[in-house]
Amino acid sequence: MAQNQSEIRYLTPQSVDTKKKKYCRFKKSGIKYIDYKDPEFLKKFLNEQGKILPRRLTGTSLKFQRQIAQAVKRARHLALLPYVTDMMK
Amino acid sequence: MLINKKSIPLQSKILSNFINLILKDIMNHYETVFILTPVLSDVQMKEAVEKFKDVLTQAGAEILNEENWGLRKLAYPIEKKSTGFYQLIEFKAEPTIVDTLETQFRRDERVIRFLTVKMEKYAIEYAEKRRKKNTETEA
Repeated sequence: MAQNQSEIRYLTPQSVDTKKKKYCRFKKSGIKYIDYKDPEFLKKFLNEQGKILPRRLTGTSLKFQRQIAQAVKRARHLALLPYVTDMMK
Repeated sequence: MLINKKSIPLQSKILSNFINLILKDIMNHYETVFILTPVLSDVQMKEAVEKFKDVLTQAGAEILNEENWGLRKLAYPIEKKSTGFYQLIEFKAEPTIVDTLETQFRRDERVIRFLTVKMEKYAIEYAEKRRKKNTETEA
């Protein structure tokens, strides 16, 4: 029965060619300044260990990646974010 | 000679104007966040904050904004303490004041962490927005 429903079957799974274009969310939404006092926002750019995610994953432009790095480091100094951790989220 | 005599006061006026312009430019926007030990009582904490505000005002700084975030949990222990009183002060001052403020921070045992940041154009814009938001939520 299940075979009848899908008549076209492929030997290899069809390559899904819908590469989502990454974009810089700061450029898109017009954010000009990244605040180091807002740890909840900065957590979007960290992995579970509290490391800063690379640009190739988040799609952030170089200009704002630098600002993120600066803001995260300031937040860490003020103990708003941890330097090292497990299970951040 | 006549022209020269006339031009001397004019020149000095231009020069003094120029100096004033530079001096005005030297006034920078800063923002400082510091953490006080949680062993203090509320009154002692306010006293400490007042002390640093006095340091700033006596040095000729203009305090623009202050925020007390209250007792907050630290992301990691500092000096074996897991909480601290956060205080933010935004001020306009000459660059030399930052040094005097930071030496005061270092001398004071009540301060466990501090950070002073110079604010650029967009940071000031952001801070103004934040201030407006805060006053709205208070009202």
